[in-house]
Amino acid sequence: MKRKHKRLTFVAIALTLLGAATALVLSAYEDSIVFFYSPTDLAEKKIADGRRVRLGGLVEEGSVKKAGDAITLFRVTDLTTTVAVSYKGLLPDLFREGQGVVAEGRLKAGVFNAEDVLAKHDETYMPPEVADALKKSGKWQDQEKDKGKTK
Amino acid sequence: MIAEIGHFALILALLMAVVQSTLPLIGAHKGYESWMATARPAAIMQFVLVAISFGSLTQLYLTSDFSVLNVVQNSHTAKPLLYKIAGVWANHEGSLLLWVLILALFGSAVAVFGANLPPKLRARVLSVQAMIAVGFYLFMLLTSNPFERIFPAPINGQDLNPLLQDPGLALHPPMLYLGYVGFSMAFSFAIAALIEGRVDAAWARWVRPWTLAAWCFLTGGVALGSWWAYYELGWGGWWFWDPVENASFMPWLAGTALLHSSTVVEKRDTLKGWTILLAIITFSLSLLGTFLVRSGALTSVHAFATDPARGVFILGLLIVVIGGSLALFAWRAPALVSTGVFQPISREGALLLNNLIMATAAAAVLLGTLYPLFLDAIGGDKVSVGAPFFNAVFIPLMVPMIVAMAVGPMLSWKRADLKPAFSRLWAAALAAGLLMATVWVIKTDGPFMGVIGAGLAVWLFAGTGVELAERLRLFKVPLSDSFSRLRRTPRAAWGMTLGHLGLAITIAGMTGAGSWRTESIQAMKPGERVTVAGYEFIFDGAKDGIGPNYSIVEGTFRVFKDGKAFVTLRPEKRIYNVSKRPTTEAAIHTTFFGDLYAVVGDKDPNGAYVTRLYFNPLVAWMWGGVIIMIAGGGLSLTDRRHRIGAPAKRTGQGAAVAQAAGA
Repeated sequence: MKRKHKRLTFVAIALTLLGAATALVLSAYEDSIVFFYSPTDLAEKKIADGRRVRLGGLVEEGSVKKAGDAITLFRVTDLTTTVAVSYKGLLPDLFREGQGVVAEGRLKAGVFNAEDVLAKHDETYMPPEVADALKKSGKWQDQEKDKGKTK
Repeated sequence: MIAEIGHFALILALLMAVVQSTLPLIGAHKGYESWMATARPAAIMQFVLVAISFGSLTQLYLTSDFSVLNVVQNSHTAKPLLYKIAGVWANHEGSLLLWVLILALFGSAVAVFGANLPPKLRARVLSVQAMIAVGFYLFMLLTSNPFERIFPAPINGQDLNPLLQDPGLALHPPMLYLGYVGFSMAFSFAIAALIEGRVDAAWARWVRPWTLAAWCFLTGGVALGSWWAYYELGWGGWWFWDPVENASFMPWLAGTALLHSSTVVEKRDTLKGWTILLAIITFSLSLLGTFLVRSGALTSVHAFATDPARGVFILGLLIVVIGGSLALFAWRAPALVSTGVFQPISREGALLLNNLIMATAAAAVLLGTLYPLFLDAIGGDKVSVGAPFFNAVFIPLMVPMIVAMAVGPMLSWKRADLKPAFSRLWAAALAAGLLMATVWVIKTDGPFMGVIGAGLAVWLFAGTGVELAERLRLFKVPLSDSFSRLRRTPRAAWGMTLGHLGLAITIAGMTGAGSWRTESIQAMKPGERVTVAGYEFIFDGAKDGIGPNYSIVEGTFRVFKDGKAFVTLRPEKRIYNVSKRPTTEAAIHTTFFGDLYAVVGDKDPNGAYVTRLYFNPLVAWMWGGVIIMIAGGGLSLTDRRHRIGAPAKRTGQGAAVAQAAGA
């Protein structure tokens, strides 16, 4: 086999694989991209029930209730709009009232059924999505001020 | 004082790296031997200086010197010794210092052990190494100085994030960095070869052990991270396609491809341009991984409060390194002439197929990981790309690769025939088919992926076994002959066999844990019982206790199997004294067939605790398979051609070479 042929075969295989990969990527994208919404977005954009989305905001103070059977009810707020959330399972260690949270799940009859509540690993850390959601609602207070003191 | 010594040593190391990155390079170009000769002492000096700097920071942690900001933010007097040491690299600044320490260590290793390298190549390699180092030193000194002082000094520190106070995670960063930085050697050799315009088998023999060592460390680092997520996060999963996991997985995929293509360069003197490109890509992905994780652009455990100046510097450095090296590649690669030719159906062809699939997989993971960042940067929607995407793309790519993996080693170099290879693999195909049918019947309601995964694992395991048996001519010649063949087999070949067997076992583990997990979440009062996968868990309630720097709530589950006491599990919930942060410690009992996994949560007003109980089949196989893969890599590293510098060719000739080398 000549060099030229070898190269051609190489290029052909590479292109086929890339094509296959792209096709796989595109077909996969249909349902594997999860959009992120703040409670206000969720209310305004009329998200269809049953579509998997991420909801981010603060856990409203005083809203967390244990409903038995390992179900926890709480409300997520961006300080403008509030959404009721129901979650069955163990909440992450740093889940607390007044703190930022990101929940992934589906909206059903006005209640957000969370399938995952994402762990936050550092309590001084705010997920960028949540910070942005709060900034958008104009309720963001710069928490960096506190940190400045230690420097 | 110690902080100032560390800081000063770091500045000196930067200056040394500047010298090392310029003089030898100019010397090699102009042919000034004395200039080239500066590379080795400079590399060794640079290492000594960084070691002083790193030692200083470690000393500051050990003595809990709270006049240093970094120590304040990440340490506490009450922290156990192991985590005082691990605290050094469990933060942004310290981990960068560890990065450059390893970089300088590898550079000095080339200086010390590289006596048999051509002087020009050595000078250029060390020079490129120093260029990378200069970028990192500048980044540290300008934006991330670990020795910054704080006044007035607080009485005590803020403690290390409790999630990171864990033995698995104490070792995870050094392992991962040894891998990332190890690929910098392949990168430096690649750039030096491009400057020189020459790649030969001797070059590949140098690059291969570094790539292999880096690959072993990276494999270990990724597995440790996964293991940590499995037992520490309490979700019972071991891989989440989280962006930070992907960040370490992409260099692994590219590095695995590089490992295989460098064999072709060494043995067959072909695929040179591709191997150089892979070396560049692998290290670029390592850099991207380091920074993606450290920059805070991603929501995860590794994200630290960020400083905009850092982001800009990082972006600049990435553009210079990746853009510069790719431009150099485009300009110089045509000069690399390959002499070996091969048919598509051949060992080379199979290795190339591996390379293409691995590269495609790395590209797909990269796309999925960066897509949300791109979309956000251009002001689009906020999205996240989750496990469904990665599973849908990655798994179909791996299926043909694993099928081919059993066949590839049966093919001869240059040209081969598929028919005899397949005819020898009939036993493997039969075993795979039988197991798939069995799984299909037993786990009818399980996911179809389970059937495929089980088949692939057996196919690869048996196929690799058949290849080994063929090599030893087992049962075709007397056993004593087979035994002597066994002893003569080069260790690199053993490395391949173990690596592939290990992967087969790992795939079996992943299939089990991914497809047939049993999970049960409920609120339990003391005395209540739940049955999970045939094991009966009786909850005996929870009690308080005290650990070294935390308090605990410890739940007790007695587990029964077939009415007989099997094991007692004691999961904990810890509250760390300083930060008041809780962590979850799952209780795991590992058996050959699977892990019993229990987590206890908060108490509700009725006196019931939320509990999460799992049966995760075959998890131990995953870790065991990874250990076998790393052992294979390690064994291959000790192959005689890496020690002596001459490949053991075919019998007869090889003996002559060995004699010559021994004489």
